[in-house]
Amino acid sequence: MPKIIVEIMPKQDLLDPQGKAVANSLHRSGQKEISAVRIGKRIELHFDREITDKDLEEAKTQAANFLSNDVIEDVVAVTKED
Amino acid sequence: MKIGVITYPGTLDDRDAQRAIRLAGGTPVPLWHADDDLKKVDAVVLPGGFSYGDYLRCGAIAAQAPATKEVIRLAEKGLPVLGICNGFQVLVESHLLPGGLIRNEKQHFVCKDQKLRVENNQTSWTNMFEKDEEILIPLKNGEGGYIASDETLKMLEDENLITFRYLDGNPNGSLNDIAGLTNKRGNVVGLMPHPEHAVEPGFGPDTKTAMRSGIDGLKFFQSVLQQVVNA
Repeated sequence: MPKIIVEIMPKQDLLDPQGKAVANSLHRSGQKEISAVRIGKRIELHFDREITDKDLEEAKTQAANFLSNDVIEDVVAVTKED
Repeated sequence: MKIGVITYPGTLDDRDAQRAIRLAGGTPVPLWHADDDLKKVDAVVLPGGFSYGDYLRCGAIAAQAPATKEVIRLAEKGLPVLGICNGFQVLVESHLLPGGLIRNEKQHFVCKDQKLRVENNQTSWTNMFEKDEEILIPLKNGEGGYIASDETLKMLEDENLITFRYLDGNPNGSLNDIAGLTNKRGNVVGLMPHPEHAVEPGFGPDTKTAMRSGIDGLKFFQSVLQQVVNA
């Protein structure tokens, strides 16, 4: 199924409590070489037809204005997947 | 004097806000999130609770609702709008107020009676307060940590747009102890604590005078009524 994938991460300087808890758990299970974990969002926009450049542009706009909040998050990538 | 109260899916405090408006002497008008008809109200309250499961981010989906779109349009023309808790999050997501709200610093939901200082009494919703008046109203939130860029914080400080600051301890890690904000015009006010829960003796916060006698929240609603009458 054609889809556009939007990836969003909390800003680097914000505390990511989920990531911290997961990192602690990984350390307990022996993976001490992992120095940090950060958790973001992956949002899939599905299409029943081929994705056009215009769809991708529109998705980028929505990613910046609605799917993320630029005060607290960064849009890392908006990509097409066939 | 008609004051609309929008109900979103998940709103909790719409009835309390309506009751507060009635006790202040106004006529509450229930408004529905999916309806872009604001019924010619003189002011609007976006109440607390949740909205659309708080999916995506608190207030983000509510900011796109037909009723909210109309609130944004009219707020830009001067309609008084008060956003309480989730309503404050909706105002921030609607870009009527700057910045963002994130999970409380200590990651826990906080519920307590909170002391605030009124920093700006020149807004539609605070004109009955004295400048620097200290008030006590309930606070109950999980995502009340206010953040903004250094540039935005400086603008808020310089232009006196910080309306309320937390006193006697910052409950959620908000930058500059910010509890509430207004816009440049002073018609839009948003805050995390809940004025509508401190409007009637017997049901408000404890004060030095008597248990549950705190009614500091009433002045929010009296302020807007007084302004609309004088307009």
